[in-house]
Amino acid sequence: MSPWHFFAEHRNEILAATFDHLTLVLIAMSIAIAIAVPLGMFIVQRRTLSSIALGITSVFQTIPSLALFGFLIPIPFIGGIGRRTAIVALVLYALLPILRNTYVGLTGVDRSILEAAEAMGMTNAQILLRVRFPLALSVILAGIRTATVITIGVATIAAAIGAGGLGTFIFRGVAMVNDAVILAGAIPAALLAIAADILLGQIERRLKVL
Amino acid sequence: MNTKPAQNPEFAIEFRDVSYEIRDARNEKIDLARERSIVSHISLAISHSETLVLLGRSGSGKTTLLKLINRMLAPSQGQVLVEGRATTDCDAIRLRRGIGYVIQEAGLFPHFTVAQNIALVPSLEKWDHARTVARVEELLRLVGLNPAEFSSRKPRELSGGQRQRVGVARALAADPPILLMDEPFGALDPVTRAELQREFSALASRLKKTIVFVTHDIREALLLASRIALMEAGRLVAVAPPQDFLTHAHPEVQAFTNCLDTPTGGSQ
Repeated sequence: MSPWHFFAEHRNEILAATFDHLTLVLIAMSIAIAIAVPLGMFIVQRRTLSSIALGITSVFQTIPSLALFGFLIPIPFIGGIGRRTAIVALVLYALLPILRNTYVGLTGVDRSILEAAEAMGMTNAQILLRVRFPLALSVILAGIRTATVITIGVATIAAAIGAGGLGTFIFRGVAMVNDAVILAGAIPAALLAIAADILLGQIERRLKVL
Repeated sequence: MNTKPAQNPEFAIEFRDVSYEIRDARNEKIDLARERSIVSHISLAISHSETLVLLGRSGSGKTTLLKLINRMLAPSQGQVLVEGRATTDCDAIRLRRGIGYVIQEAGLFPHFTVAQNIALVPSLEKWDHARTVARVEELLRLVGLNPAEFSSRKPRELSGGQRQRVGVARALAADPPILLMDEPFGALDPVTRAELQREFSALASRLKKTIVFVTHDIREALLLASRIALMEAGRLVAVAPPQDFLTHAHPEVQAFTNCLDTPTGGSQ
């Protein structure tokens, strides 16, 4: 069976899996952003804490993704089989790029600007929210973009622990030694990644202040 | 100068045996922990409405002295009095909002328009809209920029000289009695610099602010100062009005006045 034939016959199934995949990624990314961006803002002026936070998130990133899914299964509350475990793993993966870029963006603001802000009598909170954050926004978004593209890819592996999504086709195809089935998962996943990259890249450019 | 009662209204700013040493950076100001030098045993009184120029080589402690005035740095020893009150007794935020500050490259916020930059302190002080708008226009005119043309521009759309004018306008926004300037014209080309120096000199005599102006350029010091205070390696070695400064006997003064003899040097 040619891939096109398979696609045509299973388009509803593929569409549903794509939608599942997308929601999995969106939920994981929302949680990761909600954790990493405020955390980055919190650690920006705390040197020890920042190396600890960046260190821990880097460790998550070094764990092979399949192993991370496996590790999470026996853990109570967050573990088990299914979407919830997958989301936890995806969040852990997405943290580092967002946190690192938030930190780098916030600390990379020009010294003379920060000095002026301080000298004008802005409080630390005002400097953070009104100066550092807006100037770091495009760098933070670049981190979100990287994390999104990674998450779309890693989310295919989530099918291994029963989370659904496009990985379902890939695992099935591998088991059946059927390229058409693998491609039914791989092509939409790649297209999602490319689309996310382009879209977020455009927003990022719009936010750039130079 | 010994410890007298903290009330001394005849001076705008007074250093009483002030020393500053670099301590280990506490986590609160990691970014600003670099490039600090040491100053030791500085005693200096700055009168109302005078333009005191702090002159010295790079690293001589001029900027450190300046930052001690608005408590960007706190003295390790001695007292800095602003309007008769020790800076360490004041709330640092309140103190800074009452003191204008201009730095090299202006330090304008790139994501703010010119008008928003100038309105920074008024917005922090929650002025009403109409008052702020009127003040921004007034200040733009004061520094020689047409409000209609420049208000809504971003700093990147300005020349270096225009940015520096906006920097001066921003520092003056809340009409502070004291203005601190850290090599404000240092990064400008010589022609623009001379232009701004002349205009600023006229502005300063009109506004009657107490101005502390840091520079390493003796020509600039002679042009703008009512008094020149020369720093060398963290110490104050000479304080004199411009006309007496040239004949001062201290070797560091000689080193600076020698720059005036070379036909091309001196202004760099």
